[in-house]
Amino acid sequence: MEQIITCINCPVGCRMTVALNDQGEVVSVSGNTCARGEKYARQECTLPLRMITAVIPCENSEIPLSVKTAEPVPKHLISAVMNQLKKVKVAAPVKLGQVILPNVCETGVDIIATRPLS
Amino acid sequence: MNREHVDILIIGAGPAGLAAAIAAREDGIESLLVLEREASPGGILRQCIHNGFGLHRFKEELTGPEYAQRDIDRALELGIPIECGTTVLSVSPDRVVTCVSQARGLRFIEAGAVILAMGCRERPRGALCTPGTRCAGIYSAGTAQRFVNLEGFMPGQKVVILGSGDIGLIMARRMTLQGAKVLACVEIMPFSSGLNRNIVQCLNDYDIPLYLSHTVTNISGRERLESVTVAAVDEHRRPIPGTEMVFECDTLLLSVGLIPENELSEGAGVRISPATSGAVVTDTFETSVPGIFACGNVLHVHDLVDFVSDESFRAGHAAAAFIRSSAAPSAWIDVMDGNGVRGTVPQKIQTNPAQPVQIMFRPSAVFRNASAVISCGKKELLRRKAMIFTPGEMVACTLKPEAFEGLDGSEPIRVAIEEKPQEQR
Repeated sequence: MEQIITCINCPVGCRMTVALNDQGEVVSVSGNTCARGEKYARQECTLPLRMITAVIPCENSEIPLSVKTAEPVPKHLISAVMNQLKKVKVAAPVKLGQVILPNVCETGVDIIATRPLS
Repeated sequence: MNREHVDILIIGAGPAGLAAAIAAREDGIESLLVLEREASPGGILRQCIHNGFGLHRFKEELTGPEYAQRDIDRALELGIPIECGTTVLSVSPDRVVTCVSQARGLRFIEAGAVILAMGCRERPRGALCTPGTRCAGIYSAGTAQRFVNLEGFMPGQKVVILGSGDIGLIMARRMTLQGAKVLACVEIMPFSSGLNRNIVQCLNDYDIPLYLSHTVTNISGRERLESVTVAAVDEHRRPIPGTEMVFECDTLLLSVGLIPENELSEGAGVRISPATSGAVVTDTFETSVPGIFACGNVLHVHDLVDFVSDESFRAGHAAAAFIRSSAAPSAWIDVMDGNGVRGTVPQKIQTNPAQPVQIMFRPSAVFRNASAVISCGKKELLRRKAMIFTPGEMVACTLKPEAFEGLDGSEPIRVAIEEKPQEQR
């Protein structure tokens, strides 16, 4: 099986062809012009990862709290993470970097605040 | 009315204003004031909750609020006064700044130097001449971003995005994650001006179609937007009859370009470049009015906040040097846009600069396997090869002071992109 991946590392945007075997393992990558491209293509075809950022309403603040996953999480969990975030309640004060929701969707990754709220 | 006095007054507490203030204070300027229109500092970064900021400057990927907080913390640590909720009404050519705030009313502040750091604003619907009704539901992408990220409500549920600039792409993902349906992103050019990364992670990840060489040809709705008509365009960007598609939607977001916000600059008599829509500046970011400096997106629209900060640190240092010494350079070299280049900054360089000079410009088209060349007459000052130059990515080249030896200003410096002949590829 083959998959076409557009590289996101730089503006060249190489279109890479990734060959996969029946087990879904990467056999070869072609069309890339640097090593970063190959690494990205392998990751993207096996377990694509994304950072997720969002805002959560804050009980005693006019401004909602902006948050992020502390690390990238598997792409297929994006909507599950967003659904979990809908249920989270926070109240000021919040410190930058404070853990708002630990181990979101059993990923081992925490949701943390990206701004202070007083 | 009494006039206050400060050595350096900075207009805007976004990334540009904060960096300029930090640099000036670090150079020992005690009398310093930052004026900010919004209720808190940070500028547009406050609403840019996505990540990807700071890779150049901090070697890590931060969200907008995190990036802003680093400069806000540093400014507070240095004791820099930032007055929020204060709107500047005018700047005079002799650097008297008129401002107003609820807390302190109308004030006149005399400044030894003024740094313009007001940023830019989005091109509005009126600039596009799109036909149709004047219904509700049409927003610039940045306005929608403010609603969702800072005010916590959604502007609509069925969305079409016109323009594929990065803010539009980011908002396509943002609206989708908040439960809206984004039906299409429509771009009049045959290519997107947004980053590949955003095309992949904001559109492809959510199966949002990108229609290149298409535009919105009609907007319809009585009170609220009900539908938009999208049509393909030919190579002259004219709609092709018979290609129309109608999208039923309640929201149209516009992501069609940014314009430096220079009303105050023009009021002060600052000369504006038609290429950048920002001030014409020297290598020390001084405008055509002595003692008035400009940096960040009010000077020229950047792609990366990292470059805004870098430029603004240098502008802050330059303004501090201006306060200390009144000796102005006597001879200048003009800098001109050559082939394939638009909007070079700075437009004037002193003949014997003491500091390295950074030259920034935007390619006017996509060039592959080409070189950026900076020359003066027959003398080549710098040549840099790249696999690709695109209009979406500003190019920055640094020239050392030695590069200017022997230049007297009789000939201009020319910045150009040279394409390699086909057979040498």
